[in-house]
Amino acid sequence: MGKFFLKCEEASHVCDKSQYRESSFVERIKLTFHLLYCKVCRGYSKNNSKLTSCIEKSKVTCLDESAKKEIKENFQKELVKY
Amino acid sequence: MSHGKDPNHIIDPNKWIDRYSDYLYNYTITRVNDKEIALDIIQDTFFAGLKSMKNFKGEASERTWLISILKRKIIDHYRKINSKKGKAEVRMNYKSELDSEGDWLEEQVPDNSENNAEESLINEELGSAILNCLSKLPKKQAQVFKMKTIQGYDTEIICNELNITASNLWVIIHRARTAMAMCLKDNWF
Repeated sequence: MGKFFLKCEEASHVCDKSQYRESSFVERIKLTFHLLYCKVCRGYSKNNSKLTSCIEKSKVTCLDESAKKEIKENFQKELVKY
Repeated sequence: MSHGKDPNHIIDPNKWIDRYSDYLYNYTITRVNDKEIALDIIQDTFFAGLKSMKNFKGEASERTWLISILKRKIIDHYRKINSKKGKAEVRMNYKSELDSEGDWLEEQVPDNSENNAEESLINEELGSAILNCLSKLPKKQAQVFKMKTIQGYDTEIICNELNITASNLWVIIHRARTAMAMCLKDNWF
């Protein structure tokens, strides 16, 4: 389990993992405690959650690498004509 | 190749795919709802861009210019499916022919979205802002962030694909999230 007091670096790592629901319950408790006394991490945590909700809300999508690669290859073939 | 006066408005097709393909895809998929069709339309758009490159005056940014081509391609797509569907089936006569003259054909396609238009418009702008910020990140950071956050791949899959360790991944994610938050902060937080 390790120690109860997280360093800032560890706290932000837990915070990052939490954005993807990959932090454990114990880690989240430690993070919550760290945030009580650390203003810097509080700021980071706040922005981090906002970033997550922005991305969820926007329903933004993007191309997968394979599709992009295919477009790129076709485009390169066309480009040499110009 | 023609160059505008504004240095930001120079055309460089070599970078189009890396810079704009996600942006164009996101724009298209919300309008046509089909991945394959969206990919075809994007490909057509880039080809059309090459063809009319010499007409690029540098009055708008490259991205805006490509979007204007894309919009025409999307309209063409709806024209095509509208004429395929058979007239009797889809013609909606809530307006007389005369009234709708000059209107976009898209308006005659049923709108399935239940949420209000304003909200989806804001979310679309937000989506563009996200992709714009993403295009400013270093390539590797952008790629990892995209796979993890937007496409939702598992850490393990990304690590295998890109040949990095899990702790590498989390360092990259941390840098990317910090940069993305900075970039979006002023307008969206």
